[in-house]
Amino acid sequence: MVSVRVDWRASLSLVGSVLKYLSLPLLFPLGVAVYFGEDVLTFAAVAALTLTVGFGLERLDPDPDIGAREGFLMVAATWLAVALVGTLPYVLAGMGTASTLADPVNALFESMSGFTTTGATVMGSIGLEQHSHALLLWRQLTQWLGGMGIVVLAVAILPELSVGGAQLMDAEAPGPGIEKLTPRIAKTARVLWLVYLGFTVVEFLLLYGAHLAGLAPNMGLYNAVLHPLTTLPTGGFSPEARSIEAFSATVQWIIIPFMVVAGTNFALFWGALTDGPSRLLEDAEFRYYAGLLGVGTALAAGLLYGGVGVGLAELPVEVAPIPGELENSLRHGAFQAVSIITTTGYASMDFNTWSGASQSVLLVALFLGGSAGSTGGAIKMVRTLVILKAVKRELFTTVHPEAVSPVRLGGRALDETAVRGIFSFTLLYLVIFFVGVAVLAVDAFRAAETIPLLDIVSATAATLGNVGPGFGVVGPMNNYLPFTDLSKLVMVFLMWVGRLEILPVFVLLTRAYWRS
Amino acid sequence: MPPARPRTSEEGGRNRNPLTRPGGSPVNDGDRVVRVIVVGAGQVGSSIAGSLAEEHEVVVIDIDEERVEALTYDLDVLAIQGDGASLSTLREAGIGEADMVIASTDADETNIVTCGTAKTVGDPFTIARVKRTNYLETWEQAEGALGVDFMVGTNLLTAKAATQVIGLPAARDVDTFAGGRVQMAEFEVPEGSPICGQTVQEADRFDSLTFAAVIRPCEGEDDREEPKDDVIIPTGATVIEAGDEVVVIGSNGSVQAMAAEIAPHAGGASDVLVVGGSDIGYQVARLLERRELHPRLIERDAERARELAEQLPDTTVLESDATDREFLEREHISEVDAVVAALDSDEKNLLASLLAKRLGADRAVAIVDDGAYVRLFEEVGVDVGINPREVTAEEITRFTRERYAENVALIESDRAEVIEFTVDEESVLAGRTIAESAADLPDGVVIGAIVRDDDFVIPRGGTTVEVGDSIVVFVDANVLEEATAAL
Repeated sequence: MVSVRVDWRASLSLVGSVLKYLSLPLLFPLGVAVYFGEDVLTFAAVAALTLTVGFGLERLDPDPDIGAREGFLMVAATWLAVALVGTLPYVLAGMGTASTLADPVNALFESMSGFTTTGATVMGSIGLEQHSHALLLWRQLTQWLGGMGIVVLAVAILPELSVGGAQLMDAEAPGPGIEKLTPRIAKTARVLWLVYLGFTVVEFLLLYGAHLAGLAPNMGLYNAVLHPLTTLPTGGFSPEARSIEAFSATVQWIIIPFMVVAGTNFALFWGALTDGPSRLLEDAEFRYYAGLLGVGTALAAGLLYGGVGVGLAELPVEVAPIPGELENSLRHGAFQAVSIITTTGYASMDFNTWSGASQSVLLVALFLGGSAGSTGGAIKMVRTLVILKAVKRELFTTVHPEAVSPVRLGGRALDETAVRGIFSFTLLYLVIFFVGVAVLAVDAFRAAETIPLLDIVSATAATLGNVGPGFGVVGPMNNYLPFTDLSKLVMVFLMWVGRLEILPVFVLLTRAYWRS
Repeated sequence: MPPARPRTSEEGGRNRNPLTRPGGSPVNDGDRVVRVIVVGAGQVGSSIAGSLAEEHEVVVIDIDEERVEALTYDLDVLAIQGDGASLSTLREAGIGEADMVIASTDADETNIVTCGTAKTVGDPFTIARVKRTNYLETWEQAEGALGVDFMVGTNLLTAKAATQVIGLPAARDVDTFAGGRVQMAEFEVPEGSPICGQTVQEADRFDSLTFAAVIRPCEGEDDREEPKDDVIIPTGATVIEAGDEVVVIGSNGSVQAMAAEIAPHAGGASDVLVVGGSDIGYQVARLLERRELHPRLIERDAERARELAEQLPDTTVLESDATDREFLEREHISEVDAVVAALDSDEKNLLASLLAKRLGADRAVAIVDDGAYVRLFEEVGVDVGINPREVTAEEITRFTRERYAENVALIESDRAEVIEFTVDEESVLAGRTIAESAADLPDGVVIGAIVRDDDFVIPRGGTTVEVGDSIVVFVDANVLEEATAAL
């Protein structure tokens, strides 16, 4: 037998530590369950089970020593493990009810969609009529935990990760490479989580304040707590079936800047706090990000205002008329553009009612993603920016073949290996996307499901990019139930690799990783 | 020679230049003999020692026995063989009584350590010559850091000299005074220039410009080692000939306009090609970038080219051989305004600049490491040859000479000086018109510009000079002592 060169026991032991601590956030829905008297047993059992499994796995290696390889395995396994744990409350609570989440595949899909901050749902009917307060809170909470990164959280609190921590965060963090904000990695992780928590609290205060001021009738305490939990991680789950359409214009305007914040590199906020707000504007990626948000908003709002962007489908009566209405077109254009570019996945209206013209803006936006170091998914701003610059360089060197011209990002020259890495990542991302489309299309045809190709394309992009809603059957007010179980499992995989930015998962599939 | 006015010379106290009297007021020489220790007797060291030995007591330290011996006979100095960075050698040279230590060996670190060592036993004013610009940058961060009171960065100085020369077409040397409000330029009048054959009166069409001198090469004496040029103080009737060099002093605009007058078809160089990515080449590109130009730089070594490209965002770095004709033609070298050759050997610089000229580049400036070749380079077609050692020696000499003046520029390595000073009550100029004070000044003194309350004042016969004015004067070296005493 060939010897395995990876210390998998150490990796799994650390996964155990993470699970052990995962039982702590489970206490929140447990408390709510006790308060409302619903699903108490479910959450008590899941918390106990998680704790037990965590302790069990930890015993595999009492003194785990993490290297680069163990790091990849630990990160990939952690995300799979927490998704499996997240499945349990849905299944247990759904048993014996009409809930679509009683089906384990659906529950896994919902759980993975939660932790990876995708926001794609397979809940047949969302709302407190069908589900308990505790369960919907848990659904929001999975996104909040996944947003800044479970491993980052683990690095922040587990002292044994102080040495290998940078490696782990690197494997998990969105974007190429991480930036150490402080000499100690644990402190960096804590700073990131603190900034994240801070923004979450501020959004809650604003939303609840608007409610108390009478500007947000629907945004009671429960909703005001639950929505920030999925805004900051660019998640997109909402306990309301009609997403943010269920709330007033004021609420929609409050949420837009928080989605923008969520798609920004959180390290920049730390920089802005310590060195002054100009740090934000000096950052090349942030300027590019702000520019793209502006362009997306202008295009969408312009098309809506001109009437070209509004399709044939009838708008629900709750949505005020849009063409010719400046505030309405601007708000809906901005909300949808920001929501999709940052990969949040909220919707202030059903953009299935948009025309192909305005939907095409969102289709492109599905691939862009937030900034590096944000909670957003997809390709990420920094990568498309570097690719654009590298292409420009390519055109220049065609004219001056001898020119040596490094790709610069904010005045700093990028290493050629980093540029190459960005190209290969993006290419790999697109390859996985096309293969995903093909697999889902074939599977849908096999199962005689009539799902239009555009819907499949958008579903693939939305799950791989951790966005959430797509077009047609997977539109923002619809769900992913029309897909077969096999397709759903494929999408669970897409969400998983999309969140971890492909390489930490794919490297596990290579022979060289396990051998010498 | 950059105007880099040393802060140290004005501030008095511990770091004051001992050769300068505080406040710039003339004090009788001979109060006390100043003792200067020069460490390193290469081209720079011996040149400085030579120019200081006339007035001061100079001790030279060098590690090379033969050099020490030669120096003892060539100059009126005490030459000591030994390591200048060691305390025992410095003690032998009398560091305790020394007023100034000039460290000018070829090794940067040795020079810095020498200054630091000197500071441990005495309190001389220390001058260090360094090549690497990052030492200079460190020193500029904290005055007096590393035990160095004045640091001369040779590579940066050379690069500055090169960029100033290409800034003005036809200029051989450019210097700024009075915080940049006054410019001094030395122009070569080329064959076919519109001002050839004109009198100075005809050529001087600009109000705020003064023709300070015409330097005319002596003919038929090219074999001699150091051909002497004539320094002519022009009158309105002096006729300008091709091959003359004219020294003009005036406002920036008028000097620029004069440059256009002398060589009408050459605008200020905007398309510059730097050949060679040495530290000097890098500094030239960096200085040009600061002027908001987008130079091109050719470097053969791939790694160095990459490094340069990373540090120079506005420069196009080309990885190629500067003697590759096809490449140069592809890069349209014929449209280049100026080429600066800063490769690592004189031969390569000569070849690169001549090739560039042949292919149509307007001007070629070459860095010439061996000072003996400068004239040769200029004779075979290189427009300006710049010798880093000469530039350095001039800078250090200039600094040590700042007895009365605030800023000094040397013309033609010592034939004349352009100095800037503030008029005080004892000056012969104070309160009189220029015509009145002319009688008390020796021949060979030309008042080039007056700056009063930050405004440029044109010096003419009827202009009255006031106490507190800044004056930029051209002085022939022969009458320097006499003139400085009167001013």
